[in-house]
Amino acid sequence: SVNPDLASERQTASFCVEKLTALLDGGTEQTRIRRAVVEAIESDPVFSRENQYFQTQNERYEAAVKKAVHLQKKMHEMGWTENGPEYKYIYRALSGDVAFLLHRVFMRSISVLGSDKQIAKWIPLATQHKLIGSYAQTELGHGTYLQGLETTAVFDAATQEFILNTPKISAMKWWPGDMGRSATHTVVFAQLYIHGKCYGIHPFIVQIRSLQDHSLCPGITAGDIGPKMNFEHIDNGYLLLKNVRIPKENMLSKFCEVRPDGTYVRQGSQQINYFTMTTVRISLISDEVLTPLMKACTIAIRYSAVRRQSKLKPGEQEAKILDYQTQQEKLLPQLAAAYAFHFVNDYLQELFNRGYGEIQRKNFDMLPELHALSSGFKAVITQHCTAGVEICLRACGGHGYSLLSGLPSLYTKIIASCIYEGENTILLLQTARFLIKCFMAANAGQPVPPSVTYLAAVKHGKCPAKNKLDFLSPDIYTEAYQHVAVRLTSSTAAKLQDLIQSGVKKHDAWNQCTVQLVQAAKAHCHYIAVKNFAETVEKLETKAGIQKIMKHLCDLFALHGIFSNTGAFLHDGYISAAQMDMVTASYLDLLAVIRKDAVPLVDAFDFTDKSLNSALGSYDGQVYQRLYEWAQKSPTNQMSPAYERYLKPLLHNTLSKL
Amino acid sequence: AAAMSVNADLRRERAAATFQPELLTHILDGGAERTRRRKEIEALVLNDPDFQHEDLNFLSRSQRYEQAIRKSSLMVMKLREYGIADPEEIYWFKSFVHRGRPEPLDLHLGMFLPTLLTQATPEQQDRFFMPAWNLEIVGTYAQTEMGHGTHLRGLETTATYDPSTQEFILNSPTVTSIKWWPGGLGKTSNHAIVLAQLYTQGECKGLHAFIVPIRQLGTHEPLPGITVGDIGPKFGYDEMDNGYLKMDNFRIPRENMLMKYAQVEPDGTYVKPVSDKLTYGTMVFIRSLIVGDSARSLSRACTIAIRYSAVRHQSELKPGEPEPQILDYQTQQYKLFPLLATAYAFHFVGAYIKDTYHRVSGDISTGDLSELPELHALTAGLKAFTSWTANAGIEECRMACGGHGYSRCSGIPDIYVTFTPSCTYEGENTVMMLQTARFLIKSYSQVTSGQQVTGMVSYLNELSRQRIQPQHVAARTVTMRINDPTSLVEAYKSRAARLVESAAKNLQAELNHRKSKEDAWNRTSVDLVRASEAHCHYVVVKLFTAKLAEVSDAAVHAVLTNLCLLYALFGISRNAGDFLQAGILTSAQISQVNQHVKELLAVIRPNAVALVDSFDFHDVHLGSVLGRYDGNVYENMFEWAKKSPLNKTQVHESFHKHLKPMQAKL
Repeated sequence: SVNPDLASERQTASFCVEKLTALLDGGTEQTRIRRAVVEAIESDPVFSRENQYFQTQNERYEAAVKKAVHLQKKMHEMGWTENGPEYKYIYRALSGDVAFLLHRVFMRSISVLGSDKQIAKWIPLATQHKLIGSYAQTELGHGTYLQGLETTAVFDAATQEFILNTPKISAMKWWPGDMGRSATHTVVFAQLYIHGKCYGIHPFIVQIRSLQDHSLCPGITAGDIGPKMNFEHIDNGYLLLKNVRIPKENMLSKFCEVRPDGTYVRQGSQQINYFTMTTVRISLISDEVLTPLMKACTIAIRYSAVRRQSKLKPGEQEAKILDYQTQQEKLLPQLAAAYAFHFVNDYLQELFNRGYGEIQRKNFDMLPELHALSSGFKAVITQHCTAGVEICLRACGGHGYSLLSGLPSLYTKIIASCIYEGENTILLLQTARFLIKCFMAANAGQPVPPSVTYLAAVKHGKCPAKNKLDFLSPDIYTEAYQHVAVRLTSSTAAKLQDLIQSGVKKHDAWNQCTVQLVQAAKAHCHYIAVKNFAETVEKLETKAGIQKIMKHLCDLFALHGIFSNTGAFLHDGYISAAQMDMVTASYLDLLAVIRKDAVPLVDAFDFTDKSLNSALGSYDGQVYQRLYEWAQKSPTNQMSPAYERYLKPLLHNTLSKL
Repeated sequence: AAAMSVNADLRRERAAATFQPELLTHILDGGAERTRRRKEIEALVLNDPDFQHEDLNFLSRSQRYEQAIRKSSLMVMKLREYGIADPEEIYWFKSFVHRGRPEPLDLHLGMFLPTLLTQATPEQQDRFFMPAWNLEIVGTYAQTEMGHGTHLRGLETTATYDPSTQEFILNSPTVTSIKWWPGGLGKTSNHAIVLAQLYTQGECKGLHAFIVPIRQLGTHEPLPGITVGDIGPKFGYDEMDNGYLKMDNFRIPRENMLMKYAQVEPDGTYVKPVSDKLTYGTMVFIRSLIVGDSARSLSRACTIAIRYSAVRHQSELKPGEPEPQILDYQTQQYKLFPLLATAYAFHFVGAYIKDTYHRVSGDISTGDLSELPELHALTAGLKAFTSWTANAGIEECRMACGGHGYSRCSGIPDIYVTFTPSCTYEGENTVMMLQTARFLIKSYSQVTSGQQVTGMVSYLNELSRQRIQPQHVAARTVTMRINDPTSLVEAYKSRAARLVESAAKNLQAELNHRKSKEDAWNRTSVDLVRASEAHCHYVVVKLFTAKLAEVSDAAVHAVLTNLCLLYALFGISRNAGDFLQAGILTSAQISQVNQHVKELLAVIRPNAVALVDSFDFHDVHLGSVLGRYDGNVYENMFEWAKKSPLNKTQVHESFHKHLKPMQAKL
């Protein structure tokens, strides 16, 4: 039965939970399909994650491979296809706990970078799993900075082959998923050399394991890179190439080709490469970043409604920890952020779809803006959500530290997203480069993309708020965010120019301004997120209390951002000291308001107990019983050999030696 | 791979340092002689083949527990063999043996034995102490329950006195009352000191401590009436068997209640203890240890991240030139150097707290309890302040190492998971901050009622003087000298005063609105935590600044002064809003601070590696491929990975079990 402390939270919801779920899914039909997929996956014992927290790296890997293989069967059975509406929910239903994720990246890179002939040859093989692919880009010595990769591919005109080599230890491929144990083929990125001249980084299909017995091919050294913070189920691998010869046809050649005589021909636009990165950065936000934060909020908020600690009023029952202002101040801003970024993700998806349409019409105008927004938001959202999950973890006190809470795994998984697909600081600097460029252009009266037109309209006013209620007006706070974004961008641009005019070299000037540039890029993204949230709320239907609660969350998201970064808003007096007290007062008032709907707001995320896999966060709130039951299943509760081997001698025999 | 020479980058860094790292090491250790002795003990452990073992990253949890218990038993024997008895030397020995990790005998040595010494009667000591000293009895300290942690009054375990048999009957009446988390309880201990609500003559007398046997001596099987086990896998603490304990009508003799202070007489009459303040002492002591632990854990992470950043080359700063060390990027310096400065600051704070504790406990033994409340408030706040900061700092160090930081070979994931529970144990940090706030508010109201306060809060006295002037309390802009730490201490002092005052006023406003004191307190608690943080921040800046005066070597003094300035200025930059809002600093001054922070990064850069070398962590203790003293990172990552369990066989069994059948079918 449901713990009465949770049941009572649900009775007082100010809005219709089911309607909010549908809004998050993008429609009731979407909700229905998602639930059907989740149901099908969770009712199949092969996909169970029940014992996950007790498994070793080897066991996790084996389970993931088993699931990946079984998934093929399941999809066939259910009639799900890769282009069907169900497909995108499968990964969520599995909680990402499955192998061969890089197989899809392998296929996508062939589809995007391969010639028609290459696509015709490799894609059917991959689709039927006649081979298992991986994607080998990152090396021991280089990650985000691709030009620095050191693997070489030398063209041998005599045999019409490429000879691949790992010339030094730092050139070893390192980290690619599925490569340590599973993959038979991989797309290797290497510096192309023809007749002694380097033509930069190119992709090559390389077979690394035998299709018969899975042994390593001649010239190949490969293996697993060892234990990590998480992703125990993935065999991230290393790869060393020693004079490995591949036929000329194995260089992916949609955009570049090497003729038999060694002539190098570039065809089409390289800009499309940018587009691939943009695609990946946007696509990871939902499953890899928002889902963990939403799960963490669900666990921490439900637990905080069940956990009672200390007394708020003498003589009364101990209070739910969710009733403490300090606990609300930890958790509710994370909840607001989860919603805010959900809507940013919608915004990015829409922008992306539009951009994709343009690109198909050979119009690349939207690319720079899309690139800047996807880089900046990838960094801002991953950083914010990672911090949010950690706050949820620590807000659960000691029990949050148990793996059985589910929180440590969510944290160690989401934290990887701050680094993969582009290290965050570098991404923010890319966004900053775009901002500075647009700022200059806007000031010179040239047209700039829509998301940055605000940079041209620098206003020098002050915040007009007169009392704390004024700060619940989206116009007031959105303008404050805009003001800070403009101020940081313009002051950094000015400083850059000053430095350059005083004789500092351009790249030195840039490095001296990078701390500020990062701040400007963050301010820009934060402004867009607030503005987008406010605009989204505006458009929501007023029925069923949805708009009202979303408006509260939007206010909280905005005011929390000001409250936790007061210096930026006070700096030039745009917000005065007295106004800042109003911000704080409004912000703290909101916590108490949203507190009432906290549990329904996480219920709306609609995670099943199996998908949360948490003793603290289940729907029924039977926290302590579950914790006790699960602990007893721990393998450490089988009689340990440590007793016979060490404890017994310690407790008896060794005494004589003491 | 062992005989490789030091990486050229690191050699260059070390040659360019402007000071001698050993001199700074001596300051951290508390003198050259202490350094010598520490290294002597370190060598004893590191050269001892008994303490060698496989890389723990490749072992399962059970195997890690086994290794730990093996080493712990050897450790106890060898400590006695070598005659090491000084608490600090024992601490060193233990942390070298276990490489900074927890171990299953931690609570036996750190809580069970000391509690016997302080709370047992002489008769009880006769019965329990020697067997425990000789490890016939292995004990733990069972306080935390599933339902209650920091809030001790809420504990539910009961001990009911039965005068007819002169026994206590122990019970876990609810699921939430099951003892949960105590280290060493799950598998190792055969006894526990159990905290339970004492009932005698039909009345509850509050929490008391009882010695409870839980496992049969000889067979190690749980005793009838006792359910005990391991609480399962955790984020870290793999080598520790944190346990649960459920008791059903379990009887122990009356003499098993620790009765040095409170007593239950044979007929059930309860005799109250003289003072309950004395139990503060242990808490203060353990919290003060956490401050030092914050410093050490952050120092380890900084050592790894800074050495690695000096070895890793990436991208380009100047067109056409070779890839620069990532430590040359301003953004990387901005991530790491303030943390380096913080690690030093916390070392000095830790040493101060330790000294103060010893001084005050000297006073206590002579009956003078006057300084105890402030010390209690200060350690609670600093425990929270330093552990929160270090917790976040360790993660920043890891992130600064990019993808490789995520690998367990970097060592930082382990530092993090081992350290992060200190934000919760020995007092949950938010609760700690609120305890400090209670002291601050009390001091503030003393000041407003015309009394003077002393100690670290004496800055509050100035508030009453300022009140004579019509303007806002701290609204006098200080003339800040940006290169003078003492001037920055003043700025922090004003900020703390202003935030304490503002929290106090908000609290009063709430009290005027509402009936309940508790409600008003709750509705002000976010402000109160901010006030405590500002107070602790001030204390740290003040102590770091004070430390500078004790440093005689000019070169070391110069480099520490720069770190102190960076610590103070970075803190202002990060919390600029507080200083602006209170009118302590102007926007122009804040811009100046921001600029000076960046200049200091460049000033500290040439000494960065020497500054982490001064922490003097041995490679074995550091446990990091990225942070090796010799900087030969990539070669050793490869060597390390080859030992991974997934690499045990060339073809993984999953191929035959799953992959091959699938390929055959499709």
